[in-house]
Amino acid sequence: MIGGLFIYNHKGEVLISRVYRDDIGRNAVDAFRVNVIHARQQVRSPVTNIARTSFFHIKRSNIWLAAVTKQNVNAAMVFEFLYKMCDVMTAYFGKISEENIKNNFVLIYELLDEILDFGYPQNSETGALKTFITQQGIKGQHQTKEEQSQITSQVTGQIGWRREGIKYRRNELFLDVLESVNLLMSPQGQVLSAHVSGRVVMKSYLSGMPECKFGMNDKIVIDKQGKGGTTDDPGKSELGGSGKQSIAIDDCTFHQCVRLSKFDSERSISFIPPDGEYELMRYRTTKDIILPFRVIPLVREVGRTKLEVKVVIKSNFKPSLLAQKIEVRIPTPLNTSGVQVICMKGKAKYKASENAIVWKIKRMAGMKESQISAEIELLPTNDKKKWARPPISMNFEVPFAPSGLKVRYLKVFESKLNYSDHDVIKWVRYIGRSGIYETRC
Amino acid sequence: MTDSKYFTTTKKGEIFELKAELNSDKKEKKKEAVKKVIASMTVGKDVSALFPDVVNCMQTDNLELKKLVYLYLMNYAKSQPDMAIMAVNTFVKDCEDPNPLIRALAVRTMGCIRVDKITEYLCEPLRKCLKDEDPYVRKTAAVCVAKLHDINAQLVEDQGFLDTLKDLISDSNPMVVANAVAALSEIAESHPNSNLLDLNPQTINKLLTALNECTEWGQIFILDCLANYMPRDDRESQSICERVTPRLSHANSAVVLSAVKVLMKFMEMLPKDLDYYGTLLKKLAPPLVTLLSAEPELQYVALRNINLIVQKRPEILKHEMKVFFVKYNDPIYVKLEKLDIMIRLASQANIAQVLAELKEYATEVDVDFVRKAVRAIGRCAIKVEQSAERCVSTLLDLIQTKVNYVVQEAIVVIKDIFRKYPNKYESVIATLCENLDSLDEPEARAAMIWIVGEYAERIDNADELLESFLEGFHDESTQVQLQLLTAIVKLFLKKPTETQELVQQVLSLATQDSDNPDLRDRGYIYWRLLSTDPVAAKEVVLAEKPLISEETDLIEPTLLEELICHIGTLASVYHKPPSAFVEGSRGVQHKRIPARAGSGESAESSDVGQSGPSEAPPAVIPSQGDLLGDLLNLDLAPPTATVPSVQPSMQMGAMDLLGGGLDSLMGDDSDTLGGDIGGSPSMGAGLGAAPAAMPASLGAAPAVGGGLGDLFDLGGGVGMPTGSYVAPKTVWLLAMKGKGLEISGTFARRGGIIQMDLTLTNKAMSVMTDFAIQFNRNSFGLAPAGPLQVLTPLSPNQTIDVSLPLSTSGPVMKMEPLNNLQVAVKNNIDVFYFSCQYPLSLLFVEDGKMDRQVFLATWKDIPNENEAHFQIKDIHLNSDVASNKLQGSNIFTIAKRTVEGQDMLYQSVKLTNGIWVLAEMRIQTGNPNYTLSIRCRAPEVCQFVYLCYELVLKN
Repeated sequence: MIGGLFIYNHKGEVLISRVYRDDIGRNAVDAFRVNVIHARQQVRSPVTNIARTSFFHIKRSNIWLAAVTKQNVNAAMVFEFLYKMCDVMTAYFGKISEENIKNNFVLIYELLDEILDFGYPQNSETGALKTFITQQGIKGQHQTKEEQSQITSQVTGQIGWRREGIKYRRNELFLDVLESVNLLMSPQGQVLSAHVSGRVVMKSYLSGMPECKFGMNDKIVIDKQGKGGTTDDPGKSELGGSGKQSIAIDDCTFHQCVRLSKFDSERSISFIPPDGEYELMRYRTTKDIILPFRVIPLVREVGRTKLEVKVVIKSNFKPSLLAQKIEVRIPTPLNTSGVQVICMKGKAKYKASENAIVWKIKRMAGMKESQISAEIELLPTNDKKKWARPPISMNFEVPFAPSGLKVRYLKVFESKLNYSDHDVIKWVRYIGRSGIYETRC
Repeated sequence: MTDSKYFTTTKKGEIFELKAELNSDKKEKKKEAVKKVIASMTVGKDVSALFPDVVNCMQTDNLELKKLVYLYLMNYAKSQPDMAIMAVNTFVKDCEDPNPLIRALAVRTMGCIRVDKITEYLCEPLRKCLKDEDPYVRKTAAVCVAKLHDINAQLVEDQGFLDTLKDLISDSNPMVVANAVAALSEIAESHPNSNLLDLNPQTINKLLTALNECTEWGQIFILDCLANYMPRDDRESQSICERVTPRLSHANSAVVLSAVKVLMKFMEMLPKDLDYYGTLLKKLAPPLVTLLSAEPELQYVALRNINLIVQKRPEILKHEMKVFFVKYNDPIYVKLEKLDIMIRLASQANIAQVLAELKEYATEVDVDFVRKAVRAIGRCAIKVEQSAERCVSTLLDLIQTKVNYVVQEAIVVIKDIFRKYPNKYESVIATLCENLDSLDEPEARAAMIWIVGEYAERIDNADELLESFLEGFHDESTQVQLQLLTAIVKLFLKKPTETQELVQQVLSLATQDSDNPDLRDRGYIYWRLLSTDPVAAKEVVLAEKPLISEETDLIEPTLLEELICHIGTLASVYHKPPSAFVEGSRGVQHKRIPARAGSGESAESSDVGQSGPSEAPPAVIPSQGDLLGDLLNLDLAPPTATVPSVQPSMQMGAMDLLGGGLDSLMGDDSDTLGGDIGGSPSMGAGLGAAPAAMPASLGAAPAVGGGLGDLFDLGGGVGMPTGSYVAPKTVWLLAMKGKGLEISGTFARRGGIIQMDLTLTNKAMSVMTDFAIQFNRNSFGLAPAGPLQVLTPLSPNQTIDVSLPLSTSGPVMKMEPLNNLQVAVKNNIDVFYFSCQYPLSLLFVEDGKMDRQVFLATWKDIPNENEAHFQIKDIHLNSDVASNKLQGSNIFTIAKRTVEGQDMLYQSVKLTNGIWVLAEMRIQTGNPNYTLSIRCRAPEVCQFVYLCYELVLKN
């Protein structure tokens, strides 16, 4: 198991050091600093073995978090734990920075004592932790016996992510379907790979211990129901572009509140949600993705000192919808000396420090087209190595889900309190963003 | 309030000031002071001098202050054990506190204080906390047992904590169950022979129930524990799989990977024609792909594991090639791993896409990545024949870029392509030759030289090219030197007239001026071959080369199996067994995948020995292995340092040169005689090439083989066997534990029959009758061959000797240690259990003398990692007496040779279950310490075989 946990600043000074196992000595702290933080070359692996001791590290801004062990630990678990540790710290004091860590070192030690026992991760749900570890010292002195046992049963219980007795005057929930669409396209316009990774984020303000059931247009579920005979009127579509009814989900993962065995057997998603905001599920699709934009690049080398670049972008969704925050990034060679750009829409600038032409368009409706052309002047060099031609990348935001996912329902049942599914106010929003959206040129 | 100010105090007299503050009356000031102390501790300053003052602050009702003091205690208690005692009282008191959070805190901290005196006081509170009404306290106490075990294992056993811990597996709270499982698993790891984690269908069921309810971390503990279970049959295996598959949708990647581990392992037991088997295969792909959208560090762990999974079951991900395409912004470690997997998944169906990608990668910036991409193109050519042509043209394009390292890498892989598809792409040689000057890496130079030598007849200026390399011969690396030597000899055989001078030059450089034995020996061999029989030389040096294998750098199957059992862990990231990087006994246990159903009984025995030597692939040693086999026994002096005359007498010459030269050939598989390229591990063909090159010389020089024949058989058959050694009896069951029955005994092998000699003594007051004996399942299936023959009742104070014949046909189960035997003896009073350990020599069968050729083949065929080395100290026997003695215990000496006063004995042993053990024993005259090297397909027996050697030799 994890033998120790260290946090360093960018210079390699220790900010937090907690040792859990006898086999980890003080020298381990220095070994990591010397061999990894102060190492000359780029990090070649997130796992390093130094003198039979293994170091796992992640970086958050310029802070290094390292877990140390001498045993054959579950490596995936260690990284998951380090990420979780970051989440917990962020939930307590915001951004992970040297200053915040120094300001909260007592709190961090206290958290480390609670969420890692002898190197075994324990309950690390912020909701539960905040009931008994707070920034204003520890509660507990003045708690009643009932309160204490409520805390312990929540920390160890089956529903560790929610406490009993939550009350809201207005029962309300918000669902955000957030998708990032990834694309790698060849210069000829052939899709090399495309996938959508999506998240359903829920904000719930519900009283009691509500039992929820979430439904979406998952192909497997729809097909199963389709056999029953009831079909919604086909062709009806609220989304841009596509008229398909159901989507094939390659894979999905759920927050720990979802009953996985039920999903496995019936493919129904049922759960008791945590209070407030959390990520209900993640999913991935690769079939029938609506690619909101197409990028058509044209690069011509005119002699050794000049490049001509022309890029056309086409929006490919319903004309009534608007895409926002569009940005196209066209890389330029390192020996660029000057750039002239002409674009029909938006603003374009050559940014020498980033070696790229950045073209920004605030809004663009569906089924439109726009183009930019640029002349790039190059300094003559005797560098034999060819320019690697990084791909043209793109950023945008669209108000629909490129995967075609639709929320069909989210039902809420709370048998003990007297509010019904109808009384709950529900909001659903779809946002599609660009992930790594690249076209090679 | 900010705490960062505590980090800034660096003035002198600090300790003194702190001391004063710690003893202040004001609570706030005290707390501030303790915070300063902790901050100093973090930075690495020694604040142990403040120990008594800090501990004084412990008695407080302020929880925050208390926690800080505990933190300090955990750090310094070990250095101040006497003063740490001062804290005990508070701990004990806190364990009784009405607040469960405080009870848990106390027991958690106490377990972290590694001071014997404190540990003593820990026992009582711990016992209470294990039965606490509050689950939070119980889950903390469960982990505390593991802590205590780490400090004092004996104490934990004596206090009966292990049983309490086992009871917690049935606890109503899932988190308590999870922590108990984690603690038990850890304790069991350092106690391999205990039946601690006695997993049976009932406990498995409990674990599977808790799995649905506990935290993400708890799920990992439980899944990792489940993975160690061996289901009884395929039905149980399937039902566990069914209950584990839902975990594949968990958001935590570690839960997913641990579930994958369980499934990969248990799947092995399912019949392949089962529908469920197919379903399971399909279910595994999506979650594995999803892991690739996690954070980069987790992606890396996932990719290292996918690399293993793809090798074990390529069908799972064969359609998922695209997800392994490298993204521009991936960290380099992710890029390199993805590339590796792409090549493994490359097939005719997707090769076009893969090649297009690889070509793209070859223009990237990172040197390592580009090299690997170029190498990958070559591997594709070898793997998918249809793509070879396209690969070659891609490589030529890359060579045109003139980027130095790209060119070198391309040449190395083109050499492999030439070997795979001879006489197909030689047209590109001209292009390659243009780049001769830019090659500065040994591997690339060696590859180029090999190409020139191999195709010397088509390259007009081959002699000039090679001569240019020869100028700086001594500055080249061995790899290049060896290659140059071979290439020039090839050239000479092809164009003898113009290159005589060149070959003389290289031979004398290799034999006279070099102190590298490999180079010298190869030089001598060529020299003699050329001078005695050029026709034979041609047949040897220009012999047809065996094809190179398609799949390169695959992980060796037994290691792969073990790594599959470690999916998700560090071992799977390093691709090394835990024993390679973990100290001590932890994790040294080798894990195995369960065998498929239907193989029945043999399934379990194959657990120990994967395969007998008879299964050695015949291709490795062709029939002519005779010659090589015999050479092993050669008892010849090493070659003399004098310059060999150009025409020595044939017989002598041959011996002289073979005596020294072939030794290296046996030992190292990267060096081959037949003239193919050395030092190219990615080819994986070197080993096969050596014997294949030899047969040609056999026919041409029969005298060599014949002359050597007489020299064998030195060690075998000398003297009469002296009988096997029998250890004196030891007490196995104390009268105290046996209600008056004392049993002592030993094991013996007499005339091929295994016997257990027992002495039963009745130390009780009443007569004992109705004796019976039974064994638990054990590693080699030992079982009583008949009933225990105690005919007359055993009266008080009477002793009786019995001999129980044993068979080896009983049920098999791997034990820890391997030679452990659990015995139950019954009489009219009760049933008694004890365990004893038998010497492995019990199982050495009489027909364990291996054929010499088979020995040689087997020795080479067993991977190097399986070799274990031992020292046997203080033996004053000469080699003949020793080998005689060993033969008495069925350790057979097959061959003996003497090199520089050192006797080498080659020995074989066969176990009752068909496992062969091969050994090499070196005895230096005058040195009482023998060196023993043991190779076996089941490496776990090596240690025990060594013990037998020691036992036999010392008695």
